[in-house]
Amino acid sequence: MSDSILKVSDLHVSVADKEILKGVNLSINKGEIHVLMGPNGTGKSTLGYALIGNPKYEISKGSIVFDGKDITEDAPDERAKTGIFLSFQNPLEVPGVSLSSFIRTALEEVKGERIKLFEFKKKLKDTMEVLNMDPEYADRDLNVGFSGGEKKKAEILQLLMLEPKFAILDETDSGLDVDAVRTVSAGIEEYQKRCNGSLLIITHSAKILESLKVDKAHVMLNGVIAKEGGEELVDEINKKGFSENEDL
Amino acid sequence: MEKEKTYVEDIDRSMYDFRNEDADAYRLKEGLNEEIVLQISKEKNDPDWMRNLRLKSLALYNQMKMPNWGPSLEGLDMDHIATYVRKNTKISNNWEDVPDEIKDTFEKLGIPQAERKSLAGVGAQYDSELVYHNVKDEVAKQGVIYTDIESALRGEYADMIKDHFMKLLTPSDHKFNALHGAVWSGGSFVYVPKGVKVSVPLQSYFRLNAKGAGQFEHTLIIVDEGADLHFIEGCSAPKYNVANLHTGCVELFVHKNARLRYSTIENWSKNMYNLNSKRALVEEGGKMEWVSGSFGSHISYLYPMTILKGDNSKMEFTGISFANKDQNLDTGAKVVHIGKNTSSYMNTKSISKGGGVCTFRSVVKVDKTAENAKSAVSCESLMLDSLSRSDTIPAMDIRNKSADVGHEAQIGKISDEAVFYLMSRGMSEEDAKALIVRGFADNVSKELPLEYAIEMNNLIRLEMKGSIG
Repeated sequence: MSDSILKVSDLHVSVADKEILKGVNLSINKGEIHVLMGPNGTGKSTLGYALIGNPKYEISKGSIVFDGKDITEDAPDERAKTGIFLSFQNPLEVPGVSLSSFIRTALEEVKGERIKLFEFKKKLKDTMEVLNMDPEYADRDLNVGFSGGEKKKAEILQLLMLEPKFAILDETDSGLDVDAVRTVSAGIEEYQKRCNGSLLIITHSAKILESLKVDKAHVMLNGVIAKEGGEELVDEINKKGFSENEDL
Repeated sequence: MEKEKTYVEDIDRSMYDFRNEDADAYRLKEGLNEEIVLQISKEKNDPDWMRNLRLKSLALYNQMKMPNWGPSLEGLDMDHIATYVRKNTKISNNWEDVPDEIKDTFEKLGIPQAERKSLAGVGAQYDSELVYHNVKDEVAKQGVIYTDIESALRGEYADMIKDHFMKLLTPSDHKFNALHGAVWSGGSFVYVPKGVKVSVPLQSYFRLNAKGAGQFEHTLIIVDEGADLHFIEGCSAPKYNVANLHTGCVELFVHKNARLRYSTIENWSKNMYNLNSKRALVEEGGKMEWVSGSFGSHISYLYPMTILKGDNSKMEFTGISFANKDQNLDTGAKVVHIGKNTSSYMNTKSISKGGGVCTFRSVVKVDKTAENAKSAVSCESLMLDSLSRSDTIPAMDIRNKSADVGHEAQIGKISDEAVFYLMSRGMSEEDAKALIVRGFADNVSKELPLEYAIEMNNLIRLEMKGSIG
């Protein structure tokens, strides 16, 4: 299909020889927002890591096709260059490397060209404003001493600066206060506006989805997609929870 | 999935590894005896006291044992080290007069360019002798003396040299200081008069080109009351298959309320035995700052010592060592607190990779007289693979109850998760690791002038090549 951005077929993934994903099928079209829900420990984050290519997550079966290309065997940096982005649930700290220089380095890698400093600084400043980030964070060491909320905002900042075709947000809203959730949500809208990107949002809460138009929702249970539906599935899960949902 | 692994055997050192033929050089017989020492003394037209110092040092050298507490020195056979190699050339203060082949060497290393850009003066030593020495007019007008030691020995400052030369580092300290005393050659003398603040750094560059040779330069710096100086030392050598030896001595005198910053970026080739001694004496209210980057050499023993003699004197040491395959870098710092309210701060980082060994040794000594001394030592080590090794050996000798002394050590491996995080943003594994290492070394590069920070980052980048294995 020409408007497909991501097609995951019968994906089996193991971590340290333990199978976590047991045949995941997932299809996302360009410009769509998908939501992935499910109880803790069912493999949602594993799917995120497998899609970006964490070497600790071994794909034993199945395939990942991104933008018409089979990327199942590709390294994370190659995947990033084809336009996949993962917003980490626990972003790593890198002392001695400023947020600003890190984003610029990453941008040069994914775009494959030198980025002019002046233009970069301006775009960074404007984008930080959208996210209500204190501009001084640009010069601070990447994630070092950032609060949970600032780390998540820094992830969305990277999303907006790198402009990937497709982004996975792994519980970007968890642990955030109401205002911060709203800011992150505004960031996601901005991302869609800027580059009509596709999204897979892993979340436990409907809050972050309020102002977004969800195209499809998936519920993961025990390493497979157990149920799929439209936006209404999100409300249903929120009301009844996973265990009370008779179909699951 | 098993990813295919790549390993690049050797990094590109071509920038440092070029070498010149030394057919026309004057070269003394390999090995060391009284005849050779006297010949050096005669060649250099030493004053009597210097000749006596050389002979006394030689006698000490012959009596003293090789150190047995650090990395092995078995590969160093003194009978096969030509102690004195000299180009047939005179010191010049005009770059154009330096012989082409030597000029070419330093131009490849960027020395004259660096001088034009950001330095107040430059000395360039090729093997045993300085070949170029220049101080900018405005600095000379302030009365700053920057010259080679040999001319200083015969000039206006002869007495000052005699009063200070090997008084802080003495031939009886250890076997290699004795060796230095016997055969030293070349090096720099700097005197900054009272109250003069030298706003741009002075630099010396040492290049050892000859095969199986030794470099024994002596650096003597006196910063008089209330004066301020930043001195930068850079070292390199091409690689030969036989061992080379560097046994320099650096003696620094920081007078009342003066400040001296001494920065070193050392990138000797990986067959070099770098057995170097440095010591500073700090008077009341003075401040000594060390910035030290050790990247090259096969074996290094390097522990700059600061003696905080005057009340309220201070020292800060910022250092980084990077040991790759076949390198054993034993580095650190020492401080002796004598004056009241003295303070010392050591902050070091070490990186080991490909089986390289980094050892950090520190000594903090607080004398009975040193009321309210403060000392903090912090060292962090990063190992890039399981072949490499990192050790920390701190020693403290505290003889005053009012002392406030702290030590902090961290040893860790590079985080796979952090590497993956950076890769997920588009960086290759090699670039991701290099970025993490550069970040780790950031506190040192921040202390360096821009050109040197860039050179250090380049060195890290070179060393990180082939880090996927």
